[in-house]
This record gives sequence, C-alpha cells and structure tokens, in this order.
Amino acid sequence: MAAVTDTMTGPAAPVIRKTPKGTFDVVFRNASLLAALLVLVLLAGIMLSMVIGGWPAFREFGLGFITSSVWDTQNEQYGAWPAIVGTLSTALIALVIGVPLSLGIAVYLTQLAPPWFKQPVSTAIELLAAVPSIIYGMWGLFVFVPLFAAYVQIPLSNIVEGIPIVGTVLYSRSPSGLGILTAGFILAFMIIPFIASITRDMLEQIPSVLRESAYGIGATTWEVVRHVLVPQAGVSIIGAIMLGLGRALGETMAVTFVVGNANRLSASIMDPGSTIASRIANEFNEAMGLQLNALIALGCILFFVTFVVLIIARILVSRVKSY
Amino acid sequence: MSLTTPSTVRALPPATWGRVRQSRRNADRLMKVTAAGFTFLAIFVLFWILGMLIVKGLGGLSVATFTQITPGPGSEGGGLANAIVGSIVLTFLGIAVATPVGVLAGTYLAEYGKKSKLANLIRFINDILLSAPSILIGLFVYVIMVEPFRGYSGWAGGVALGIIAIPVIVRTTEDMLRLVPGPLREAGAALGAPPSVVITAITWRAAKSGMVTGILLALARIAGETAPLIFTALNNNFWFSPTLSGGVSNLPVTIYQFASAPYENWQQLAWAGSLIITMSILLLSIVARRIVRGSK
Repeated sequence: MAAVTDTMTGPAAPVIRKTPKGTFDVVFRNASLLAALLVLVLLAGIMLSMVIGGWPAFREFGLGFITSSVWDTQNEQYGAWPAIVGTLSTALIALVIGVPLSLGIAVYLTQLAPPWFKQPVSTAIELLAAVPSIIYGMWGLFVFVPLFAAYVQIPLSNIVEGIPIVGTVLYSRSPSGLGILTAGFILAFMIIPFIASITRDMLEQIPSVLRESAYGIGATTWEVVRHVLVPQAGVSIIGAIMLGLGRALGETMAVTFVVGNANRLSASIMDPGSTIASRIANEFNEAMGLQLNALIALGCILFFVTFVVLIIARILVSRVKSY
Repeated sequence: MSLTTPSTVRALPPATWGRVRQSRRNADRLMKVTAAGFTFLAIFVLFWILGMLIVKGLGGLSVATFTQITPGPGSEGGGLANAIVGSIVLTFLGIAVATPVGVLAGTYLAEYGKKSKLANLIRFINDILLSAPSILIGLFVYVIMVEPFRGYSGWAGGVALGIIAIPVIVRTTEDMLRLVPGPLREAGAALGAPPSVVITAITWRAAKSGMVTGILLALARIAGETAPLIFTALNNNFWFSPTLSGGVSNLPVTIYQFASAPYENWQQLAWAGSLIITMSILLLSIVARRIVRGSK
C-alpha cells in the first residue's frame, strides 16, 4: 500500500483536502449571481419607469385615459382607446390569419416533408423571423399595400357597399391600402415563424409510440394529427399562439409603416388606425410635456398587456427553445 | 396519458367501408395539400421580400453608398457611410454590454443556481424579457438615460440594444453549459480546482462554440432593431462625434426616415440600406445555425 503521507509513523490521520476557496472564486460566484439578478432588476426597472413616466398622464386623466378617444395635442387632451382597440384588432387579425398557417407549417415539417427537405424548409421559416421588422414595413408599404388596394379593397368595397354590418366592417372610405387589416396581415407573417417553430418542437417531442399505434389501427395522417398529436400538444400549442400574440401586440416598425396612423376610431378594418406601438414611434420625437407622459403611459398599458400574455404563454410552453 | 379514440375509426357495417374510406382519404389528402400549401406560401413570402430587396436595393448600391455620408433633405447624391459605421458601433456596443452580463447570468443559472427557486424565477423572467416588445426597452432607456442627461446619445442606443441582447445570450449560454457532461466538471474538481476555475477553464471551454453562437444570434437580433434606437441614439446626417454624445447615425433609423420621404435619392438609399442590413443579418443567422449543427 502506498501511503498518501510520506511519514511512516503510525496510521496517518485522514487528510481531508478542502477545495481551495480563493478570492477569485468568491468574486466569480458573486459576479455571476449579480448578473443573474440584473435580469430581475431590468424587468422591474422597465415596469417602474413606465409607471413613473406615465404617472402624470394617469393622474391628469384618471381612468378616462383608457376610455377616452380624444387625442388632441393642441388642447392637451389624451385618450388611449383608439390605440388600444387598434392594437387588439391588428393582433387578433394576425392570429386569425397566422395561426392556421403556422399549424399547417408545423404539421408539414413534422409529418409530411421528405427528410432531405425538412432542414432547408425549417431554415427558410426561421429566416422569416430574422428579417428585421422595418423590412416587413417597407415590403408592406411599397409592395403589398398597392396590390391590396387595387385587387382587394376597391373590388371588395364595391361589393359590400350598403350591406349592413359587412358593409361597415369591410368598406373602405379611401382605398389607399393602408389600414388595420393590412397591418394584421403583415403581422401574421411576422409571427408565423415563432408559432410554427414552437409547435414543431412540441409535435416532435410527442413519443412516436402514440403515432405508431394510431397508424396501427388504420388511422390516416390527418386523423393522427387531429386525434393524437393535437390533443397531446394542445396546451403548449395555445402557449405558442399566445407567444405569437405577445409579439403581435408590441410589434412597432412594420405596423407604423402600414397601419395609416389615424387617431380616429373607425368601425371598418379597411380604414387607417393606429396601435399603441405605432403611436409612440410616430409622435415620440416631437412630443413634449404632457404628451410625452401620455405616450409613456401608453407604453405602460402595452407593458402590462404583453406582460400578462407572455406570462401565460411561458407557463403553457415552459422552456421550449425559441430565440 | 389519454389517447382519444379516433371517432372516425369506430366499427361500421362492412357495407359502408368503401364510402367511409373514400371520405377519410379525401380529408387526409385535403389536409396534406393545405399544410404543404401553407408552408410554400410562407417560403414564397420570404423570397418575395428578398427578391424585392435585391431588385430595388441593387440599383442604389454604388461605391458612393459606402464612402459618402447621408445627404440632407433636398441635396443630391450621398451615401450611407456614417450610418453603416454608426450601426456597427452601436451593435458592437450593445454586444459589449450584453456579453459579460449574459454569459455570467447564464453561468449562474447552469452552474450555481441550477434548480433553486431563485434560478427558476430568473429563468422565467429572462424568457419574458426575451419576447418583450423592443419599443418598451427603448422607452425604458429613454427614461433612465436620455431624459436625466438631457440628450440622445450613442451610449443610450448601445445600452438599449444591449438590454435586448442580454436574454438571448443568457438563454443560449445556459443551454450550452448544460450540454457539457458532468464528469468533465468532476474531473476538474478531482484535481483540486475550485469551482470558478472548473467553470472558466473547463466548462466554458467545452461550450465555447455554442456560447459564440448565442452571441452571434444576439448580434443578428439587435442589428436590425429600429424602434429602441428612435428613443435613444436617434439619427443624424453627419458623422457622429467620437465620444458618442448626441445623435448617432445608424442604418435602421435612416431607412425609417428615408423610406417614405419625397426625395428620390433618399428612397434609393433606404432600399440599398435595407439590402445591406437584411443580407448581413440573414448571413449571421445562417452562420450561427451552422455552428450549432456542427457542434452537435
């Protein structure tokens, strides 16, 4: 037996070597803890700065800030209602268009695409997320908007004019191509990559035994998707959709280009409107005094709405990769 | 785990089999065609956007684009030199702010915090920040940096971009560190290395390529961000001051201002700038993805 100690006098007392705790060790550990805590501080800071910055507007107008539709910089009267409605309606339209497309893409990628084709297609879908928001805005304004005005708005307005309800919602008074529906459409393509890639990851995680047993009793691919995969991934798919909703609510540049930036509320989704984000982006640099506070107060509302949506989304999707 | 019985597969009298089979086959075919169609529609839109950028952007690209500064309203010619350099400076400033914080926080989550309550909370909040609207981060930096110091500055722009980049780096760093096998750490600890040395010399080294990928993804994420810069770095038509005080010209805000302006040379430059920025970001994303796939 080779002794650990080189003194041969009697049985050596066991030498317990403690891990050396140098100053670097302590510093490193605390630095990493501080960096991690900074993440919490950032979120709290955003929350606080929005509340404090928007406070003068909330104090001045009270609850009326949310319910009022007046946005008058001359008389210093500010109400958030048209922007809130615009934000919610563009996001809703984006979901109505984007969700079926995303689910179809996820099903295609996991169940239908030939193996060699999967990688290039997923990369292309993910690159759709890498395109900057401002580029979507330019594509929307210069390519999509003229086509939309000429081939959708004008013919559609001629058809629906005078029809109750439909004639109000779909009629465009000035068919410029800009408006709530256009913004919703562009947003749909911006949120597709997020919803599609999370749903794809979810579908891939479902044990293949389930799929195989369904095929084994003679189910078609559609029946496997409809009755096995979707119920299995259900809650997480709703989470993925809410994550997309969070994106759509706060998207700024693309919407600012195509929404029309009107301060009025219109019953028609073909008419120009504005969202919280587009209003802030548009007016911020010229804003002073109470208008500035009102804009930050808008940001505060946007923060709390997206915050709630994202919390629910993250609880439902817990830890799926998405960047 | 409940496996719902497919309602269409229940027993039916043999006489109806053919018909049922036909309608099921039709539903199946319809779904397959629709799913494939949706996928190609999304890819079509990607190529539509890229095609538009190439058609409209290539015409505006010239040597002057890279050598001359952005023209003022109504003046002829001009380029994007100051905006390109400004964007590079702001983006790297953002990465310089975000990398140490992001890497250390990711390290805390993967190596120290692990499954503790605090670590779980930080992970959750980080995920929220990851998808928080960037315009809010711009507003936040406006309130904490621009308003108190009475002026837009490159520093504020860099900090805003950095805050957007942090959650991306935290997430990738943690994911990559978790892929490093435990025995590697134990081997280091068995040699008597303290935890900090095990992490920096062994774990970080093993996860290096993955961590670099995270930083590249963060770079791609912030390079095209416009909204937070409107409130922080703003923009101008001159070379920015080396101290980064005052407005710093940058590509995204220049594109935003030039795109819908009534001057033809401004619009040309907006398209050229869009082409440059989008191609750089797509290239970065593809390179980052390659590295991830290579390391697996």
